[in-house]
Amino acid sequence: MREVKKSIPKKDSYGLIRGLPVYTDDLAPKDSLVMKVLRSPHAFARIKNIDTSEAEKMKGVHLVLTYKNVPRRVITRAGQGFPEPSPYDKFILDEYVRYVGDEVAAVVADNERIAEEALKKIKVEYEVLEPVLDFEKAEGHPSIIHPEKESFSQFNIGRDPKKNIAASYQMEIGDVDKLIKECEEDPDCVLVRERFYTQAQAHVMLEPHASYAYIDMAGRLVVVSSTQTPFHVRRQVAMVLDIPIKNVRVIKPRIGGGFGGKQALHGELLVSYAAWKLKKPVKLVYTRREVFEATYTRHPMRFDVTLGAKKDGTLKVIDFNVLSDTGAYGEHALTVLMVAGSKTLPLYNKVDGVRFRGKVVYTNHVPAGAYRGYGAIQGNFALESAMDILAEKLGMDPVELRLKNVIREGETSEIFKIMGEGREGVEMIIKSCKLEEAINRAAELAQWKKKRSKREKRESKARGIGFAVAMQGSGIANIDMGSAIIKLNDDGSFNLLVGATDLGTGSDTILAQIAAEAIGVSSDDIVVYSSDTDLTPFDTGAYASSTTYVSGNAVRLAGEKMRKLILKEGALKLGVSENEVEFDGRVIKTKEGSKSITLKELATILYYTENQKQLVADGSFVGPESPPPYAAAFAEVEVDTETGKVDVLKYTIVLDIGTPINPNLARIQAEGGVVQGIGMTLFEDVKYSKDGKLLTNNLMYYKVPSRLDVPELVVEFTESYEPTGPFGAKSVAEIGIDTPPAAIANAIYNAVGVRIKSLPITPEKVFFEMNK
Amino acid sequence: MKINLKINGVWKEVEIDPSDYLLDVLRREGYLSVKKGCDTGTCGACTVLRDGYPILSCATLAATCDGHEITTAEGIADEMEDYAKMLAGEGAEQCGFCSPGLMVMLYALKKEIENGKVKKTKEDIRRYLIGNLCRCTGYAGQERAIFRYLGVE
Repeated sequence: MREVKKSIPKKDSYGLIRGLPVYTDDLAPKDSLVMKVLRSPHAFARIKNIDTSEAEKMKGVHLVLTYKNVPRRVITRAGQGFPEPSPYDKFILDEYVRYVGDEVAAVVADNERIAEEALKKIKVEYEVLEPVLDFEKAEGHPSIIHPEKESFSQFNIGRDPKKNIAASYQMEIGDVDKLIKECEEDPDCVLVRERFYTQAQAHVMLEPHASYAYIDMAGRLVVVSSTQTPFHVRRQVAMVLDIPIKNVRVIKPRIGGGFGGKQALHGELLVSYAAWKLKKPVKLVYTRREVFEATYTRHPMRFDVTLGAKKDGTLKVIDFNVLSDTGAYGEHALTVLMVAGSKTLPLYNKVDGVRFRGKVVYTNHVPAGAYRGYGAIQGNFALESAMDILAEKLGMDPVELRLKNVIREGETSEIFKIMGEGREGVEMIIKSCKLEEAINRAAELAQWKKKRSKREKRESKARGIGFAVAMQGSGIANIDMGSAIIKLNDDGSFNLLVGATDLGTGSDTILAQIAAEAIGVSSDDIVVYSSDTDLTPFDTGAYASSTTYVSGNAVRLAGEKMRKLILKEGALKLGVSENEVEFDGRVIKTKEGSKSITLKELATILYYTENQKQLVADGSFVGPESPPPYAAAFAEVEVDTETGKVDVLKYTIVLDIGTPINPNLARIQAEGGVVQGIGMTLFEDVKYSKDGKLLTNNLMYYKVPSRLDVPELVVEFTESYEPTGPFGAKSVAEIGIDTPPAAIANAIYNAVGVRIKSLPITPEKVFFEMNK
Repeated sequence: MKINLKINGVWKEVEIDPSDYLLDVLRREGYLSVKKGCDTGTCGACTVLRDGYPILSCATLAATCDGHEITTAEGIADEMEDYAKMLAGEGAEQCGFCSPGLMVMLYALKKEIENGKVKKTKEDIRRYLIGNLCRCTGYAGQERAIFRYLGVE
């Protein structure tokens, strides 16, 4: 392998670091009209009257949109493949507003100032309704958040809007109640029953959501957006405007981070509608407050976990009962719930019985949606905290308990077949799993045995070490599709066109490396263009840890085809048969070495002088399975016993991601994931007032990790090769975020003997628990 | 009202509203390396230099900069080429949205270290750069590049 497993700089680094105009707001035409959105001040209300006449009269105001003058078309903004597993329960604008921040009206004006003035002139009379703000009381609450007749789901997702249930799911392998009962009665068995809570987390990608739309010379609509899913945006915009998909082009320029928060559509529908109506460019850039108030959070969840094990540590039964809060709309409700089980429970595949049940309720909170980890981080906190409790009850080393029970290469879990994302999954024998190696290596790097046995305590500081393992997936099997086109240029270089969406992760670069490896050339000779629905082939988008594995495999297939084309045309030119030639990346020559031609010469001839033709190859790929990456992590913490404050001193994580295509970029994914996970564990928290107003609506009230919150990070990758992946690769985007909540909670328990079962683990919680 | 700004070495007369923030004026004038990441002066993406010292352009009224010298990432990018390569070498620009602001801050830090105002230790460097938030990298990769650039062991 020459071009993969190699740390090259990102293809876009020059422009990004120098600050070239590459993001949506930088690129918007200077004469763009500006859209601003009037947002609901109430958690739940019906608009009784809305008077926009004063705003419409203002000079410089071009359009005011309310539910009265936009089509009433029910949609989901989820940004998932079609048919979506999320309910269609949202309108472009509606007479009901379901959370503080929900869209009431939109104004399009000459500039921001006029647009903001116009918003103030819209008179709205609300019928304020009683909001549902406690997700544990949402089911069967007298307030029904989605009373509308139109909402529906594309297939059965267990939705019951009359009871405020957006989705529900259950599955069972073995007779779990019987197994738990047996365990209860068996003196040789240990049972753990615990309840855990995880909170809402905000993505806080540095670039706020932005989009603009204009009409091109053919009268088509062009949408430029900071989106993770340009092809889903195209489909949804066409649907909402009721125009053919062919009349819409969506371009994703560079985007300033996403983490799942840009998988869904946010401004795109409104700017598209306004631009289409006005036939003028319209842009909408969210303020940071709008990003907090009116996009997405992570789904908060409650877990009731039961674990049963033999006294020798053999895990017998796992039961998960989950309640999830999807907020005002059901985007990603079912799938995030299912991932809380499907990407945690197979870790312990040798149990006799496993059950996963859950409901996802509507509340009048900011909608929850996709966020890195996507249920797995929530489930992992519950499962891996419970495993730590179990280890203690068994009097067993938590590492030994995991080593005794974790999944291994060549094994399977019935869950893979039963639980997919929103529907059935696929059978999968695990072809690459170095979790055992990762656990052993991480334990060595973290000095587990030494630090576990000798807990340091000095003055008011106590140190401890905790452990957790995790798994994730690599795309959604049988659903996520990626594709690629590679064309040869007349100087022997190549254009790689991919629908895949680089959020800043470096996927353009690693896809170029995969193309180069497959063709057998240098990645310097690959020019990448991505995420433009007119020019690049289809890709479901950057989510579910899919790009390296799914889009990467598509690129590999296209690259292999291109290599064959080069050999064929080279042989033809040299006057020999195809199997007589070889290509070393620069020169095509006969195997005995008598005749040769460089690729550059061949390319020039092909385009200008003889037998002229364009060499172009394509590839597309749907994952027949979704090979999980794995992680083993140790957190070392110091707890201030006087204040309850927790400092993470060192975080050691060893990951099995298959082949790291670009080790530097993979390492940054892991480090960035761990730090986001630490933020969620210790302080990040989306908070509301009693009447449902978001309290954490800016970066002063919502704290993300700063560079002083970052511990010593030790990241390693195990040697691993996934045979179904491109050159052995699996995914890396999400796996890094999954372990910190449980590993840190377990470390705190080790340090001060206090078990915090709800996130975030604030100093208050630790302090009060210690002083109980 | 009209103000005069020396932006990246060139004097310009700029028409502004008295309530305009420097960030919006700079972006309007085409200095698009200056990013708006928050509304509260918290993220550091809008960092520029005024007379050589870093300020948050989102929290500075443009009118107060009349007659002053403003430096944006565009103005120092060539001088910071070595750092840019080191950051790219770590893959630690990631989405890039915070990169120009961080580069401006690092430029200022380097001068402070040269003038003996800030100690060249990892801890002091981190403290100086704390206002430049990054959500992608977890900071570690950035700091590998920064410490190398500043010659800190």
